[in-house]
Amino acid sequence: MTKQTISAIVNDVPGVLQRIAGLFGRRGYNIESITVGASEEAGLSRVIIVTRGDDRLIAQMCHQLSKLIDVIDVSHLSAGPLVSRELMLVKLFVAPDRRPEIFDIVQTFRCSVVDVGIDSIMIQAVGDTDKNNAFVQLLQSYGVLELTRTGETAMSRG
Amino acid sequence: MNSMYNGSKIHDESFRDRLKQRDMISGSDILLRSLLLEGVECVFGYPGGAVLYIYDAMHGNSEFRHVLTRHEQGAIHAADGYARATGKVGVCIATSGPGATNLITGIATANMDSVPLVVITGNVATSLMGTDAFQEADIVGMTQPVTKHSYCVRRVEDLHRTIREAFHIASTGRKGPVLVDIPKDVSAALCEFRYAETISLRGYKPAAEAAPSQIEKLRLAIEGAERPLILAGAGVVHADASDELTEFARKAQIPVTTTLLGLGGFPSADELWLGMPGMHGTYTANKALTQCDLLISVGARFDDRVTMRLDGFAPHALIAHIDIDAAEIGKLVPTAIPIVGDAKSVLSAVNRAMPGREGNREWLEELFAMKRQFPLVIPDSDDELKPQFVIDLIYRMTEGQAIVTTDVGQHQMWTAQFYKFAEPRAFLSSGGLGTMGFGFPSAIGAQLGRPDKLVISVNGDGGMQMCAQELAICAIHQIPVKIVVINNQSLGMIRQWQELIYEGRRSHIDLSGSPDFVKLAEAYGVRGLRASNKAEAEAVWRLAMDTPGPVLVDFVVSKDEFVFPMIPQGQTLNDMILEVPE
Repeated sequence: MTKQTISAIVNDVPGVLQRIAGLFGRRGYNIESITVGASEEAGLSRVIIVTRGDDRLIAQMCHQLSKLIDVIDVSHLSAGPLVSRELMLVKLFVAPDRRPEIFDIVQTFRCSVVDVGIDSIMIQAVGDTDKNNAFVQLLQSYGVLELTRTGETAMSRG
Repeated sequence: MNSMYNGSKIHDESFRDRLKQRDMISGSDILLRSLLLEGVECVFGYPGGAVLYIYDAMHGNSEFRHVLTRHEQGAIHAADGYARATGKVGVCIATSGPGATNLITGIATANMDSVPLVVITGNVATSLMGTDAFQEADIVGMTQPVTKHSYCVRRVEDLHRTIREAFHIASTGRKGPVLVDIPKDVSAALCEFRYAETISLRGYKPAAEAAPSQIEKLRLAIEGAERPLILAGAGVVHADASDELTEFARKAQIPVTTTLLGLGGFPSADELWLGMPGMHGTYTANKALTQCDLLISVGARFDDRVTMRLDGFAPHALIAHIDIDAAEIGKLVPTAIPIVGDAKSVLSAVNRAMPGREGNREWLEELFAMKRQFPLVIPDSDDELKPQFVIDLIYRMTEGQAIVTTDVGQHQMWTAQFYKFAEPRAFLSSGGLGTMGFGFPSAIGAQLGRPDKLVISVNGDGGMQMCAQELAICAIHQIPVKIVVINNQSLGMIRQWQELIYEGRRSHIDLSGSPDFVKLAEAYGVRGLRASNKAEAEAVWRLAMDTPGPVLVDFVVSKDEFVFPMIPQGQTLNDMILEVPE
């Protein structure tokens, strides 16, 4: 089942995220990530859900989401070309003498170092999930102390 | 009873204008005014700490009618019965915490069957919310999966608009229950009343117009079909589309099967009617589903009790699905012709677009022959009273003109099979959730909503004991419901499954030792009668009908009956059991 991205414009009211998460939970729809934040209009939030499913399941998800009163609009972003980005913070164990090596990798991947400790370093990476996955893979050998990812946000092209 | 109906002014314009005045009033008064302005004739409820201000506002308010039930579950099932029988929004009210949680079964019942309800709960004051205060419960959170929508009103300024929205949401599109939770301080706070003339809910589009191209596709499919069949569900009843459905079926000469909640949506006397399909459906309806080449579903949602095993459901059919809820289309069965829209408007459009046709006489004659060859069977006995006989007796003696509510189990299926419903909103039953305890209180609501009709409540001896306390309401208000107990001293449907599927191991289904239902009724002040054989049954039922006011009739029936046909779970519509296997 392929990865699918759904975008929903929702009223910025208490409980709206609970309604969406509850709907997905009770109907057995998978959520790989869900992000919520302000949209272009005051009072409305945009929710980006990354999930997996065939066309029929995605259509069901969109229909069921549309039925929630606080959901204003739903679109299936993966139906067309889209841009998706995820922000990731990684804290690595790095002895001071190996810092230059890490800086090289950071530069190659166009990430940035956002904090340096005595024997650790924090890297910020922004990209689509595949790029971030590859980056994490590479860093594993250095000893990842902490990892946090926002989940993808996305927008259709054009 | 009379006190419930005398001269309500809720539709009187000058009264409404007075209600709309911009007075400085409490949240509680705003609530009552809002309900009256929505045309609410009657509210079912139970007071408590968090709704004291609301009940205080009712005191001395002669226009506002409240029926005090004996349990919150009774209140919500009564509101549900009122809504199903009238098509209007049913309203109930309960206090916070346990009052609210006692409503949940009723909310889920209404949600599964798309019944319009506005459910009002009190809550602790906003300052105490989230602190585990006395009788606090997150009722909005708990009921989110079983409501169409829900609100917690945290500012009195929002209360009136919220009630307006709640009624609009409950009663439009695919109908359903809407919960409005009102903290105690909000019901106490003062605010200037400002009537909301319009409602604006962005993103809520309840009325979809069916695309003409889809109607044309359906018309062509009908033209090309040799063995077409209509499957009509509750959506026909909810949309008041029975006339349109009847016109459609007759004009196109297509046979009709009606789901449990679609019963009455198509006149049972019409020869095109094949009965109910599914687990306990008729032989002919299930065979028709198996053999049809075009299945036109109208307002039915392919419940598993109708389809049985999906790979055996309408295996040769092209499926057209008319439903107001786009999410129902394609949810369970692949649909060739999806038509999103209200059953009434879609069927009207179909009727306009379609010329009358002769239909396929061969297909119809085949089905009519099947109906004659495999009718539903009423077992005969002179020693024992058969439950099927009782339902048929009630049907004959009421000439099929009553509103009948049921509880859940064997008696429900027998009522669906043997009471032939002529019109919609006459068969009221918990179809989706299968809620025991629904049958009796729902009849109270139905009778209050339809005082002109004879209302009969058919229950088993199990379900009757789940909301029996509402006998008090019948007695106090002399609500003339005729309460039937099909008393086999067991949980008959569970026994049936244990007999047929669990190798006869009867586990915890024995209800002997239940109270004497006649004495129970009389303890509450309701006339109680009993019949144990055929001759008694007829005389006792005649007496019950001739007795004004509520009557309970305890029909002591044979204990070992089965509902047939039956399709065991996991089998297909073709795998009907018609009698007890050897």
